[in-house]
Amino acid sequence: MPVSASRDTGGPGFPRWLWLPAAVGGAFVLLPLVAMVVRIDWGDFPDLITAPESVEALLLSLRTAAASMVLCVVLGVPMAIVLARTEFRGQSVVRSLVLLPLVLPPVVSGMALLYTFGRRGLLGHTLDVLGIEVAFTTAAVVMAQTFVALPFLVISLEGALRTAGRRYDVVAATLGARPTTVFRRVTLPLVLPGLLSGAVLAFARCLGEFGATITFAGSLEGVTRTMPIQIYLFNASSHPDSAVAVSIVLVVVAVLVIGVARQSRSAV
Amino acid sequence: MNTPKILAPKRLFAATAAALLIPLAACGSSDDSSSGGSGGSDDQTLTVFAAASLTSTFTEIAKDFEAAHDGVNVKLSFGGSSDLVSQIQSGAPADVFASADTANMDKLGKDAEDPKDFATNVLEIATPPGNPAKITGFQDLGKSGVKVVVCAPEVPCGAAAQQMEQKTGVTIKPVSEEQSVTDVLGKVTSGEADAGLVYVTDVTAAGKQVTGVPFPESSKVVNTYPIAPVADSDHSDLAQEFVDYVLSSDGQKVLADAGFGKP
Repeated sequence: MPVSASRDTGGPGFPRWLWLPAAVGGAFVLLPLVAMVVRIDWGDFPDLITAPESVEALLLSLRTAAASMVLCVVLGVPMAIVLARTEFRGQSVVRSLVLLPLVLPPVVSGMALLYTFGRRGLLGHTLDVLGIEVAFTTAAVVMAQTFVALPFLVISLEGALRTAGRRYDVVAATLGARPTTVFRRVTLPLVLPGLLSGAVLAFARCLGEFGATITFAGSLEGVTRTMPIQIYLFNASSHPDSAVAVSIVLVVVAVLVIGVARQSRSAV
Repeated sequence: MNTPKILAPKRLFAATAAALLIPLAACGSSDDSSSGGSGGSDDQTLTVFAAASLTSTFTEIAKDFEAAHDGVNVKLSFGGSSDLVSQIQSGAPADVFASADTANMDKLGKDAEDPKDFATNVLEIATPPGNPAKITGFQDLGKSGVKVVVCAPEVPCGAAAQQMEQKTGVTIKPVSEEQSVTDVLGKVTSGEADAGLVYVTDVTAAGKQVTGVPFPESSKVVNTYPIAPVADSDHSDLAQEFVDYVLSSDGQKVLADAGFGKP
């Protein structure tokens, strides 16, 4: 992940013809967004997005994505440090496996979670004995989101850690700081921008999560029906206007999140 | 050195343009050949949009229809009925539409030419193999502690489930309201849910993966499947023939074998 700002600083420059494919790519990404905005019936828009099911879905999405982001940080930071600061046999295999959810179809992730934590899953019986039921709960939504978003945080942070190097850690250690102090006072502040962008990426990925959630957690208003699932249901039940309206809200939230993150990152 | 620099962007432009246009051109030409084919040559492609619950039966019917009509190729597209309606309304090239309920056929309005009912379907309870929660009837779905998965009220199977609740006075508190019958079955076959409310034909199609629990009240909510040629079809004669074939005794037999009722 880029630690320095990616502004063109008047270096050797780049071939000017790159503008063309760049513009085509930009148009390819932006046109569908424009098409969606054009489809909105602005007269109905306020009613559509304040419909109880839309609001409920938005709140659930924000709540679960925030919880998942926290989980990703708690689990992902140690994972990234272990991956960046150690060398062991088979490390590249371990890294590939950890990053696997990035490339897995989300539905497959959902099935894998089901086979692990579901009633008949690997841990299903143990959880049952403990009186824990995961399926069809909001906790299942958070688990699904964390599963698919965790690699985003790990990969961002590991890159930042490797770029930052160990020099400052070593200096701090030779000055007598204990490992935990070095981690808290030197390592973490150094990679904070990387951690932040990783966390934002993870949050955004959680907001958009659909396949793993619907496979593992189901779809019930206020409990497991997050925004993408509500949008899909709107669309599947011939309420495309509601689907588009709620989609726009999701896009705006995503843009806000990314914008805020950029803002605070340049402040760091 | 200057010349190749100037050429490069052109070449790249050409390559980019070609890369963008070739697939489009391919799509266009296939459409042309199919519509041109109706003029006199043998090859005709009939596109049939059918409700997801018709997947296995219509695949079989289409094969039989192709066998009986030389040079005819039936292309099937399955999905939720309401999804298919919006696709047709946004210009999808459908020649025939078979809906899982009359409401969605009605939504198509004048785009459907003289719809005919061709099958009926009733609800049945699907449980994981062996029925571990010992569900015996519709009343059991209202019990607390029983994990029931239904379709969302917005989709036809969910609307039918809701009607059934009203007619029987049983209130189901589902743990999940899925978008389609297949999603409901997924939750049942994985054992996450104790019971799911789907159609008889879905239980038949799922085979050993589920144990079906029929219930007498099911006859109170009967779902009727209408079929119609789509107006403005390039193959309206062939579309009508396909509809007639579905209504014929051959077509009806395939549907009956899958558990569908008579219209």
